Amino acid sequence: MRASTKAGAIPSRRRLTSPQREGYVLFALALPFLALVFLFSYLPLWGWRYALYDYLPGFKLENCEFVGLKWFQFLVSNKTQVDEILRVLRNTFAISGLNLLTSVLPIAFAVLLNELRSDRMKRVVQTLTTLPHFIGWVLIYSMAYAIFSYNTGVFNKALLALNILDTPVNWLASGEHIWLKMCAWSVWKNIGWNAIMYLAAMAGIDQELYEAATVDGAGRFRKIWHITIPGLMPTFFVLLMMAVANFLNSGMEQYYVFQNALNQKSIEVLDLYVYNIGIGNGTIPLATVVSMLKSIVSLTLLFIVNGLSKLTRGETII
Amino acid sequence: MSLLHYKRKPGAVLFDALNVFLFVVLTFLCVYPFYYLIINSISANDLSAAGEVYIIPLQVHLTNYRDILRLDGLYQALLVSVARTVLGSACTVLASAFLGFLFSKQNFWKRKLWYRFVVITMYFNAGLIPVYMNMHSLGLTNNFLVYILPAIVSPFNIILVKTYIESTPLSLQEAAQIDGAGVLRIFAYIILPIILPIIATILVFASVGQWNSFQDTLLYMTDSKLYTLQYTLYRYINQARMLATLIQESQSADVASDLMRQMNPTSVSMTVSVVVILPILFVYPFLQRYIVKGILIGAIKG
Repeated sequence: MRASTKAGAIPSRRRLTSPQREGYVLFALALPFLALVFLFSYLPLWGWRYALYDYLPGFKLENCEFVGLKWFQFLVSNKTQVDEILRVLRNTFAISGLNLLTSVLPIAFAVLLNELRSDRMKRVVQTLTTLPHFIGWVLIYSMAYAIFSYNTGVFNKALLALNILDTPVNWLASGEHIWLKMCAWSVWKNIGWNAIMYLAAMAGIDQELYEAATVDGAGRFRKIWHITIPGLMPTFFVLLMMAVANFLNSGMEQYYVFQNALNQKSIEVLDLYVYNIGIGNGTIPLATVVSMLKSIVSLTLLFIVNGLSKLTRGETII
Repeated sequence: MSLLHYKRKPGAVLFDALNVFLFVVLTFLCVYPFYYLIINSISANDLSAAGEVYIIPLQVHLTNYRDILRLDGLYQALLVSVARTVLGSACTVLASAFLGFLFSKQNFWKRKLWYRFVVITMYFNAGLIPVYMNMHSLGLTNNFLVYILPAIVSPFNIILVKTYIESTPLSLQEAAQIDGAGVLRIFAYIILPIILPIIATILVFASVGQWNSFQDTLLYMTDSKLYTLQYTLYRYINQARMLATLIQESQSADVASDLMRQMNPTSVSMTVSVVVILPILFVYPFLQRYIVKGILIGAIKG
């Protein structure tokens, strides 16, 4: 700036590209993208109005009757509907709860991996256990289908050969322990990936702490317990908070692909339920009501968690 | 070092042995399903359908890979998947780089406001049905563009690029500006070369995301011409019996009577699965290289 006022010929040129003017240009360049954000993230909120109409797929909204809060009341009005919601909430809480509980496993994984003596083995294990994170749920379902299928899967074959089972079990179709099974698949898919985060955090721990502890005569486990684990807690806390904020957002893909007639009652989480009643049965208004309530509760959770984080750590997570 | 080894107590040795054992088992659990699909897709089809193939491939043949292309819709699905992966990730990468750059400029008009406008969308969502109705009214159902447009602006990637640019010295940009270079020129010749590492990270993540995407096809597509490979695979698995007749009709005459090569539902779903997995295994070494970098930059903000 100072240079431009000093030189005689430059100022007129500089005025053309003055910072403020350039600021408008920058905004104009971003505008098409901001429009996309509006179209795909903000405009859908306008779709909340479907909750207030007796909307039927295929009709124009103008031709449908405005019913006010009818669908909100419907949600809690009759016994069957309340039972449905409670069942879906129970599934969501159970599966998300199990996922929260198992979120300590990646820490154990990272800590134990770090104790391996061979660096080469560390690298190989890390590479191969991250692999499942990068395939979609359909492929995981395909693998499950191949390995656990009733009469051809290797799992039943192995158990029969070892005399653990007398007759093959139809693992995928049965609705038993479905919460545990779903949680197990999530762990399988994500443990290696989530551990990377902790391994990175571990690399950031001050090595002098370990040296000092060694001098003080601390063994391996004491060092893990008093240095490594506390060092990982900030990372764990952030991830835990995010998991709490996303408690209701379990997603539907995993449960959709594993869903079948026998396990549907216990696999239907909130997101899948919304899909099933909205797109499956075409009850758009009711599905919109549930979608809306879920979004609002999730956002509230996020704010609570963020506030908690600010109080306890002095840092926000968003 | 050798002295330390000497002094190790039996307890420590036992612990190390158990630890090694644990990770061998865990790694096996993660890798075996991939291996199982691959060996079954190249083994004799009658043996794999009977569940006989689980350690080494038996009677190896590659005809499955030729024959699945004859399946109705598979070739089309492969094209759709490749197209959305290439186009979609190219758009996301360029848009993220460009927007990350624009938002790194202090003089952007109302910068804070617009940056928040974008980033806040990471944390809220109108919900599945309102989003679906919105796509419907925008005319994006049964439209290839639904694979591309909603994914172009990705707040997380923008944060990555912006953070990265802010960690580089401003002097280069300033020097170019004094030389009379405009915004676009600075972006193309100064910024892009600098941010290549983070671009690579985003490219890899975006393309894996596009390739694996399943839910958008499920929600927005009823026209089978626009089905992706993932979705087609899902349909194959669930329509095994219907598929069996379909295959036998489409099978070439020379293998129709050959049980080893005749395709059955098991061999179809396994072979298609391997086709879906292979590109991922292919880019995986690159993924590995950029994963940690990406996570670490993301973690600074997170």
